Amino acid sequence: MSSPHDVVITGIGLISSLGEGPDAHWQKLTQPGFQPVLDAARFAPYTIHPLPEIDWNLQIAKRGDQRQMETWQRLGTYAAGLALDDAGIKGNDELCTTMDMVVAAGGGERDEAVDAAILAASESRNDRDVLLNEKLTTELRPTLFLAQLSNLLAGNISIVHKVTGSSRTFMGEEGAGVSAVETAAARIRSGQSTHVLVGGAFQTEHSDMLLGYELAGYLHRGPWRPVWQRQGAEGGGVVTGSGSAFLVLEQREHAKKRGRKIYAELGPVVSGRARRRQGELNSGIAALLKQAHLPDGDLLTISAASGAHVATAAEKAVLDANPALAVRAFSTLTGHMKEAQFPFAVALAAMAVDRGAGYPVFDATAERPFEGAPNSVLATAIGYHQFEGLGLIKAA
Amino acid sequence: MANLRDHMGRPIVAVTGIGVVTSLGVGKKDNWAALTSGKSGIHPITRFPVDHLNTRISGMVDFLPSSSKGASHLTYELAETAAQEAVSEAGLDSGDFAGPLFLASPPVELDWADRFSLYNSDKNDGGAERLLRVARGLKELDIFETTQFGSIADRLADRFGTRGLPITLSTACASGATAIQLGVEAIRRGECDKALSIGADGSATAEALIRFSLLSALSTHNDIPEKASKPFSKDRDGFVLAEGSGALVLESLEAALARGATILGIMRGCGERADDFHRTRSKPDASPAIATVRAALADAGLSEDEIDYVNAHGTSTPENDKMEHLSLSTVFGERVGSMPISSNKSMIGHTLSAAGAVEAAFSLMTMRESVIPPTINYDNPDPAIVLDVVPNKKRNAEVGTVLSNSFGFGGQNTCLVMAREPV
Repeated sequence: MSSPHDVVITGIGLISSLGEGPDAHWQKLTQPGFQPVLDAARFAPYTIHPLPEIDWNLQIAKRGDQRQMETWQRLGTYAAGLALDDAGIKGNDELCTTMDMVVAAGGGERDEAVDAAILAASESRNDRDVLLNEKLTTELRPTLFLAQLSNLLAGNISIVHKVTGSSRTFMGEEGAGVSAVETAAARIRSGQSTHVLVGGAFQTEHSDMLLGYELAGYLHRGPWRPVWQRQGAEGGGVVTGSGSAFLVLEQREHAKKRGRKIYAELGPVVSGRARRRQGELNSGIAALLKQAHLPDGDLLTISAASGAHVATAAEKAVLDANPALAVRAFSTLTGHMKEAQFPFAVALAAMAVDRGAGYPVFDATAERPFEGAPNSVLATAIGYHQFEGLGLIKAA
Repeated sequence: MANLRDHMGRPIVAVTGIGVVTSLGVGKKDNWAALTSGKSGIHPITRFPVDHLNTRISGMVDFLPSSSKGASHLTYELAETAAQEAVSEAGLDSGDFAGPLFLASPPVELDWADRFSLYNSDKNDGGAERLLRVARGLKELDIFETTQFGSIADRLADRFGTRGLPITLSTACASGATAIQLGVEAIRRGECDKALSIGADGSATAEALIRFSLLSALSTHNDIPEKASKPFSKDRDGFVLAEGSGALVLESLEAALARGATILGIMRGCGERADDFHRTRSKPDASPAIATVRAALADAGLSEDEIDYVNAHGTSTPENDKMEHLSLSTVFGERVGSMPISSNKSMIGHTLSAAGAVEAAFSLMTMRESVIPPTINYDNPDPAIVLDVVPNKKRNAEVGTVLSNSFGFGGQNTCLVMAREPV
């Protein structure tokens, strides 16, 4: 039964190594045996999924605005623009000024050259704190700070796209993406918001972004393998990718009044914080599956599994224990996009529901075929280190 | 019998616990005594050398065990200390809080001390390659945890037994107020009957100071540190970087009354608006700030003449104080010259991610104690800003309602309206 305060998805903005926009992604992801776009050389021994070529001008008209952002912010601002365009909101003053926004973000890129120079000099200096002051005061570009601050992705979306109803930035890896979608949906269901822009972006092509994983040895090394086949391989199992996903979530009534195309309904979104050190991850994921009120019958499941050994093994064990789930781990083809993982999973789920078709297996050794038109699709995001969430996307 | 629902039919949200840490000390008692005697917590920087720095003063919290252990550890300890005070005051189990956690905290980065020690633990190749190679050989997760944006909240969730996935957020200088707003909204939506909202910031590192300095945001009045933060003064020249934390236990009034808790105040309303003008400057006509104040009043169901006191954002930057004056005079009209409006930042500096929570804590105490903390260092009033800033000395006054402003870099604005009593 649909109700006027249901949450529906009316806009999708996607970027990854596969291209930009829902159509490009659909086309590639539904090609059986599609091979991922990889770069194994630039950051060897790590493989990454690089950004496609992007004409930033298409979504960020002013060169001045582009200059004020590093790639991470540009990427998110660009994908947000795609989603707003897709929902017919971009350029509509009234809709933009009343639109709420929740962005999931980490930090931006540091100046690698400045950092490297300071580190090199530190080898021959004992007064490292003074060295730091000396170099940072003279060599940092003043506006770089603004390109690094987590909340400035949202800030740039306000400046470039004029979304100004409200602006919040959630931090905390995949969990931030889950909470962003969950909070946005709760606002709509309660009547607090009519339409919300929600999403995240991750730019992996920067040594510090890799370091964020590698301080705990999370990155996969050696030849690339699909997400489910990295247990026991060299490294920690995560292959990262640059990308972004933004969604326009809207109250059903609001979308209908505007006569907009509805991709899908966003059903229950649930989240958790399993105490993983106490071995609670498997039971935590199982509990979330229960809370999501899964429908009977075969269920296509878009998994944001990272490949991280422990978390991915736990997710696989719990999903495998439920034979109704036909799982697709999209990070096999896009890489892990951190804060953008859950919004990305929700987008792919909504596209499958909208087009009435599933995705072929991304890894024939670990995934089983799914036939027919999915009426509901499950999206999961089990954090590589902490926090879990999932959501059920249904036919509109 | 008080109403349990507000003017929009939503559960009324009460405050039953308050905790605070600033450069003035740990806890409400010490902070309040200092704040009402007009004492400044701004002092010369001793945590790191100040060679080459234009700004050599701050409101850092230098007296906690973690004060020298890096931004992540200090932010955690600040948050934990304030939350412990708040949860204890509320009379709740501090190991089994059983409600959600909303944490406003600064973005995290690998500390330079760790960067240096990792880099210099090896001699082969250089730059990022060396760091990555050393990193993957680490046996402990300690350094890794300091670089994960969700880790501080994860530890707090373990420590206090909060429920569910904790939310860590940033809306720049409005973050602390946003953490409170998220808690209020969760209770109003009926998702929980209590929430723990914390704003904490222990990120006053050399690099943070230099970054703000390069944006010309900081005061350089180094000679008399306690005089550097002078909101609404003619010679104000920037904010003073500071650290601190504020924590509130929020509860539905119904749940709080049912368990016989002491009601410390009521969160009446929250308003927010984003600015689309510029990354560091606000729209010259102050329209986003004006809309934010009005949204908070509307959410609270109060009119302009029902606000007794404004706890100003009052950063002491030329830009903010001018814009804040414009927004308040637009909303409150002629009344603006006669209503008390003071800035806690004159004494504690700008605690960034914590500011909205710290100042909400002080706003609630202002109502409970019937004392308005002053704006100190108000020696050269800005003639363009005609406000009753409660200059230099505290004032005894009955305060039933407070508006607390938070206006952030990146255009994120949040205002809170609090009341002493339920309706």
